[in-house]
Amino acid sequence: MSFLHRHRRLTPYLLLAPGLAWLAVFFLAPLGFLGYQSLQSGTFDFGFQFTWEFSNYWDAITTYDQHLIRSLVYAGIATVLALVISYPLAYWIAFRGGRWKNLLLLAIIAPFFVTYLIRTLAWQSILSDQGFVVQTLRDVHVLGDDGRLLATSTAVVAGITYNFLPFMALPLYVSLEQIDQRLIEAAQDLYASKAKAFLRVTLPLSLPGVFAGTLLTFIPAAGDFINAQLLGTPKQHMIGNVIQSKFLELIDYPAAAALSFVLMAAILAGVFVYTRALGTERLTG
Amino acid sequence: MTVAAESVRVRPRANVWAFVRRHVLTVYALLAFSYLLLPIAVVIAFSFNDPAGRFNYTWQGFTLKNWSNWDGVPGLVDAMSLSLQIAAIASLVATALGTLIALALVRYGFRGRGATNLLVFLPMSTPEIVLGASLLALFLTMNVATGYLTISIAHIMFCVSYVVVTVKARLVGFDRHLEEAALDLGANEWTTFRKVTLPLIAPAILAGALLSFALSVDDFVVTYFNSGAEVTFPLFVWGAARVGAPPQVNVIATAIFVVALAAMLANILIQNRRTKGAA
Repeated sequence: MSFLHRHRRLTPYLLLAPGLAWLAVFFLAPLGFLGYQSLQSGTFDFGFQFTWEFSNYWDAITTYDQHLIRSLVYAGIATVLALVISYPLAYWIAFRGGRWKNLLLLAIIAPFFVTYLIRTLAWQSILSDQGFVVQTLRDVHVLGDDGRLLATSTAVVAGITYNFLPFMALPLYVSLEQIDQRLIEAAQDLYASKAKAFLRVTLPLSLPGVFAGTLLTFIPAAGDFINAQLLGTPKQHMIGNVIQSKFLELIDYPAAAALSFVLMAAILAGVFVYTRALGTERLTG
Repeated sequence: MTVAAESVRVRPRANVWAFVRRHVLTVYALLAFSYLLLPIAVVIAFSFNDPAGRFNYTWQGFTLKNWSNWDGVPGLVDAMSLSLQIAAIASLVATALGTLIALALVRYGFRGRGATNLLVFLPMSTPEIVLGASLLALFLTMNVATGYLTISIAHIMFCVSYVVVTVKARLVGFDRHLEEAALDLGANEWTTFRKVTLPLIAPAILAGALLSFALSVDDFVVTYFNSGAEVTFPLFVWGAARVGAPPQVNVIATAIFVVALAAMLANILIQNRRTKGAA
């Protein structure tokens, strides 16, 4: 400790060193290796060589453009649905929860206590052709007599929405719960209607939560492959399914690596556009 | 809350509208809650199901035999015990590494803070499949055989950031005067850290450790890429799902759910009692 006392400036670096080294070696460096792999050519049987094979990226985009678009569309719809479901829920807990707040929050994160895969398998049985949901929808003729839910885009989007909903609800709750109630009362005292007070006071103040929640939902949703695998068919497969099968089943590392970077780039582009739109327009408007 | 209630009472015309609105919102919230909890109910219910064939999809009849024969499926108990071991390792190491980073970030001004924050934030905002794939790229290039070690390495990696965030939040709201008081009273830095800082941030450290444990036990994607021949609980479920998952999977899932829920409930009760005692 006397060493630390004499070299006080070193202390933060000593504290950081082990953790940052771990992240550098097992997070940053692997991204470099993935990049290296994405520029290789060859096959598993004859070995892969590093040849600056930029065509891997072009092939990835042109061959799997449908999967890529589908991933972004599914993730986008799921994010909007999660927002529509969670906002009133988070609002209700934050403003009406009273002393039950913590308990209600627990109910929101309760799905996390059941393994992700098992939650998704549960949706498989809920949406299955013999399940009561499909039977009821057939009875009221929302679905045709042989209409189904499982193995459709609806099922995949519903599964994604469900699995990432807490990521949306929690940041929303945090930002709503921090709002000073007196601001809303002030707006109403100044003759704002309840709707107007919500639109001009509550909603703008909760935008940081909306922002965090949508990102936390969209990013993992765009990379997901489990919902498409368990609730869909190859027609619903997303970019994650392709990456997964290329890496682990087809052993086509260069293509899988290139697709991973394309996915990252697509997500970053989406996040960038979204940040610009929300950051400058609505936060100041 | 009370102020809002009074203002409603003062303005009777607003009363009816407020009543309708309040209940629309409540109904909506209850529907949302049932959506959230429905699959959990299904998982629990089907742990008592007596499936006719291989698939535990449709309700056949009530039985306790899945519970009494919970360890009757080959490989399931091994998978669960592997998951628990790795979660223990991952949460211990990640908590130590993450707590140190959080201390440095909150307590010290130093060059490279921004870069450190970014490096901590990035793994949380990278899709899991990219985390898993890139680690596999590293291990393949370096000729490291995937297995127990690589799963542990991967889990520690994605847990660290969550620990940093959790502990940082507690340290930011921390009264520095307590430490200054200890130092003024002649304690050295190490003693101050041990006797003052550590006990105060202990709840956040514990929360970080529990979060890491939960993330590790639940992880499928990153593990799938880096597991080699090892089978964790989620990997077992994945394999079983293709040929029909046995109801014992639901039994284990229900047991985990009940334990986690009980722990969280106890935590809430203790917190409530503490805040009541303080008030």
